[in-house]
Amino acid sequence: MSTATLSYPKPQKPWRPKQRDLIPTYLGILVVFLGTWALVEFTGFAGKLGAFASAVICTTLVSTFLAGRSRGKQAAKNAAVASIITSLALLAMFPVISILGTVLVRGTKGLYVGFFTTDMGLASVNDPLNVGGILHAIIGTFIMIIIATLISVPLGISTAIYLTEIRGPGSRLIRFLVQAMSGVPSIVAGLFIYSAIISGSGRGFNGLWGALALAILMLPTVARTAEEVLLLIAEDLREAGLALGATQWRTVAMVVVPAAKSGLITAMILGIARIAGETAPLLFTTGGGDETNLNPVDGVMGSIPFAIWKALISGSAESNARAWASILVLLALVMILFFSARRLGKARR
Amino acid sequence: MTLAEEKQITAPTPRVITTKPRTSDKIFRAVIFTGALSSLVILAAIAIFLGLRGFEILAREGLSFITGYEWYSSINSDGTAGEDPSVYGIGAMLIGTIITALIAVAIGVPISIAAALYLNFYAPNAIRGFLVGVIDLMAAFPSILFGLWGFNVLMPSGEYWAKLLHKYLGWIPLFDVSTPFFSRSPFIAGLVLAIMIIPIVTSIAREVFSQTPLDRIQAAYALGATKWTMIRAVVLPFGYSGVVGGAMLGLGRAMGETVAVFTVLNIIFQANFQILLGAGGNVASLIILKFGEASAEEIKALMAAGLMLFLLTLVVNMLADLLVSRTVKQGR
Repeated sequence: MSTATLSYPKPQKPWRPKQRDLIPTYLGILVVFLGTWALVEFTGFAGKLGAFASAVICTTLVSTFLAGRSRGKQAAKNAAVASIITSLALLAMFPVISILGTVLVRGTKGLYVGFFTTDMGLASVNDPLNVGGILHAIIGTFIMIIIATLISVPLGISTAIYLTEIRGPGSRLIRFLVQAMSGVPSIVAGLFIYSAIISGSGRGFNGLWGALALAILMLPTVARTAEEVLLLIAEDLREAGLALGATQWRTVAMVVVPAAKSGLITAMILGIARIAGETAPLLFTTGGGDETNLNPVDGVMGSIPFAIWKALISGSAESNARAWASILVLLALVMILFFSARRLGKARR
Repeated sequence: MTLAEEKQITAPTPRVITTKPRTSDKIFRAVIFTGALSSLVILAAIAIFLGLRGFEILAREGLSFITGYEWYSSINSDGTAGEDPSVYGIGAMLIGTIITALIAVAIGVPISIAAALYLNFYAPNAIRGFLVGVIDLMAAFPSILFGLWGFNVLMPSGEYWAKLLHKYLGWIPLFDVSTPFFSRSPFIAGLVLAIMIIPIVTSIAREVFSQTPLDRIQAAYALGATKWTMIRAVVLPFGYSGVVGGAMLGLGRAMGETVAVFTVLNIIFQANFQILLGAGGNVASLIILKFGEASAEEIKALMAAGLMLFLLTLVVNMLADLLVSRTVKQGR
């Protein structure tokens, strides 16, 4: 038995472009750079956005030309559209980067340790940055979030259970109304609480009224997310519960809801993220105090958005820095909520 | 016969089989139904209370509350009525609200559609999840953040672009200005609103596009379509009404936005159709602007304005919802 040497043919990969074929591409990239530079230099397209717009124009023209030269008219159109769509999608990401960057850079300037441990009771927004803080606002925001959650989560989850488990009369109407409610402007929620509770009654501003307004805004978010989550629960589980002789109440409480637990928590977190930064409704309901107030039913109560609002309309350099520092805290809170909701959502799937 | 005897002793009475719900279920359903009615109750209560408080002004002003351009409260600081009668009209503010919202839609919706197409059909798998996360995160940004950022960062560059538009396209009446004052214009407010509605419109457009039947997409490719001809022939016709619904949802959001608009818009009580000029109106901003030092009567007028805003956004949102749900159902 002789040993035959097997010779494998070397893979040719004929589809791979040769160096020679890539020359137009390299030239194209060069043209894009030169063209962008020329547009920025000689026309009004200044600034980051101008540079971006010029780069988009050049890239589109060059890629269209290249595709058209080698593969014809349809390919040229395809290439043009692809580069326009890609650049518009990139453009949509611009504000996020700009916002996060600005908040980080400007927000850190106003931060110091006392910012989290003191309130503005003895300081005015125009005082130097080492005086006063937003302790009152952080506490107020947390108190209002807790009350709003206690109100809207039971209501929102009942709505979702009605839509997915009971499927009773009026389900379509209720789903429609929840959807419509999610579009109610936040200022209207504040005005409603003001008109229904505070106006003309002699009752003053306090944290509870603010929490009620926030609960109105939170309810549709919780209800819609919870409905989606409950719809994902397999029908088999419900039928298994009923087949064991459980009543519907026992099936929902001991089978369906536990199975959907993490999803329902996600719904709650998304609801909280929705209301954590709401400003307009609080302007009509809480009064926005400067001192730490732990009692939601007595006296004005501060909150982070209201503190930012006060600093913003006051307009001095110090108050502006304070506003940015406060928004850094608020953004950190919202992002923690957002990412924990996403983690929970991923773990479920 | 011992067996029969035994049976007689131990046989249990059979359970009564019935389709009637138990008491516990009745209570459960009643409680859940009450909870589910909350959205109906709240929406009705909003309309009733705002209507009740604003009724006096609405009845007095009649139609001119919507069409009038003048907002003048003649209550003196000591609470007595002034000499001239008070006039409340939100016409200019309504026009301003619609103009800024339309600018937002005109800028934001094309970008959103492109972003949705990119995320569904162009983005490499490796970065798609990340980009979707970025867009979703943007939806969670509080509106006061957009206000602060819009005022400090976007407004200066927005002014620059407005001047550029005016310089080269000023011959179009829309981009003309009577006085060269470009700061705090409806255009800039529209820009901020456009950025704010991009996440929601993008996510709806993405959902609608992803419902496109796969067999039609593959059929288009099999017939030799390029990616773009496939999108034009299959995806866009299929998603058309859903995307229109998404755009209307964005319009509703843009109409009701308060804080972000207030910071970047100069509120003037006259109808201004020159979008680059620093004079505009917005119902929500009007309410914030006047609320602080309003007299009891003016508060009632503000409630009436709030009612108008509520009804306007409610109608827009309901239409939008109908359009979106129709498309999404069609795909399933």
